[in-house]
Amino acid sequence: MTSIAHHIPDHLLQAYVAGSLNYSMDMVIAAHVSMCDECRSRLAAHECAGGAVLEETRSVGVSGSMRANVLEALDAPCSTRAPRRASGVFPAPVMEALSGQPPKWQKMGAGVRQSVLHADKAGSVRLLYIPGGQAVPDHGHHGLELTLVLQGAFADEGGRFGVGDVEVADDSVEHTPIAEMGPACICLAATEGSLKFNALIPRLLQPFLRI
Amino acid sequence: MMTFELDYASDEEQAEHTPLERVLRTNRAARHVTSEPTKEYSLETQWMIAVRDQRDKDAYLQLFDHFAPRLKGYLMKSGMSDAQAEDIVQDAMLSVWRKAHLFDPHRAAVSSWVYQIAKNRQIDVIRKERRPVPEELRQPEETDEDASQIVGLEQELGKLRDALQTLSPDQRQMIEHAYLGELSHKDIQEKTGLPLGTIKSRIRLGLTRLRHELKGLNRS
Ligand SMILES: [Zn+2]
Repeated sequence: MTSIAHHIPDHLLQAYVAGSLNYSMDMVIAAHVSMCDECRSRLAAHECAGGAVLEETRSVGVSGSMRANVLEALDAPCSTRAPRRASGVFPAPVMEALSGQPPKWQKMGAGVRQSVLHADKAGSVRLLYIPGGQAVPDHGHHGLELTLVLQGAFADEGGRFGVGDVEVADDSVEHTPIAEMGPACICLAATEGSLKFNALIPRLLQPFLRI
Repeated sequence: MMTFELDYASDEEQAEHTPLERVLRTNRAARHVTSEPTKEYSLETQWMIAVRDQRDKDAYLQLFDHFAPRLKGYLMKSGMSDAQAEDIVQDAMLSVWRKAHLFDPHRAAVSSWVYQIAKNRQIDVIRKERRPVPEELRQPEETDEDASQIVGLEQELGKLRDALQTLSPDQRQMIEHAYLGELSHKDIQEKTGLPLGTIKSRIRLGLTRLRHELKGLNRS
């Protein structure tokens, strides 16, 4: 595995552990952690802090009937599906969202494709497929945006992002990410806030990097 | 008393055991002889290992009585009703039993493991859909328990708790709010007064240990 240079910032790991992000951000963080031992251990450390807070919390008695229900259920058979594993370039949480099927790509022009995994009023998360040399479409964000590279690489003002790297951006920064020449770049991109969903800005239609 | 002859003959105290205990002891012997919970571990860890390896219901009850009321208090503090909190505690505590095989004391304290199970369940209920979670690391087939690693993690956790104790009430409240999920990621980032200094250094110490452990786990 290539070494990861761009990780999830600490305040986002903490927010993930505390559950204060949305589904889309959770997806990118869970996907990155699935690929990155460093962030997995930082996440575990925040869980330890969460556990310490739990230990210090004042107890509230639980009902006897609930306790009895739980005890009774211990021997009941339970059929839980085993969680999906990573497949190809797609980490386990992405495979989960894809229900184990290959992504259904939607053509965006100039060879760029997307597959929306989830969208609600809190945010959206999609897979992007960008041929080498093309610009990554601007998803019209106006909040936090996380982009995780699953295949290939892109580069912009923030540096070079290869497999496993996460770019964290917000609307205060203007980025023009461009996929590296070579194999197509596949990213998992989450944006915050209700989207101008279809407002993918068509700058990708212009040819970039004509070498 | 009618008993089956199980393979526990070497146990000199057998006469005093109930049939259930005999089965449990036999299971334990069949599973890992090496994973006899060490007395150095916290009670919670000993209980959890007994639940994982021996499906020990007495140990489970101890865990239940320790964590269920704390979880309920925690969930109600985060704004849930009594009934909602009870539902989540019920589901979470049942998961503790059903997912016990995933518990790895080298990487997680019982409290942090239970915290995350309950947190994930709470979010699933609020969002009405499954929250994305990282892929579980594959557990090695043969787990050799490294007692010093487990004790070391527990000591780090003890220091973390001590550090929490030394914070001012305001600072502690801030940490509580953050882990209750009441602060947005922006709040967490912007609260420069967030007294994470000590906590962070503690977390970092813990990390080194966890990271070391993770490197040893061979994935795929
Ligand atoms: Zn990372």
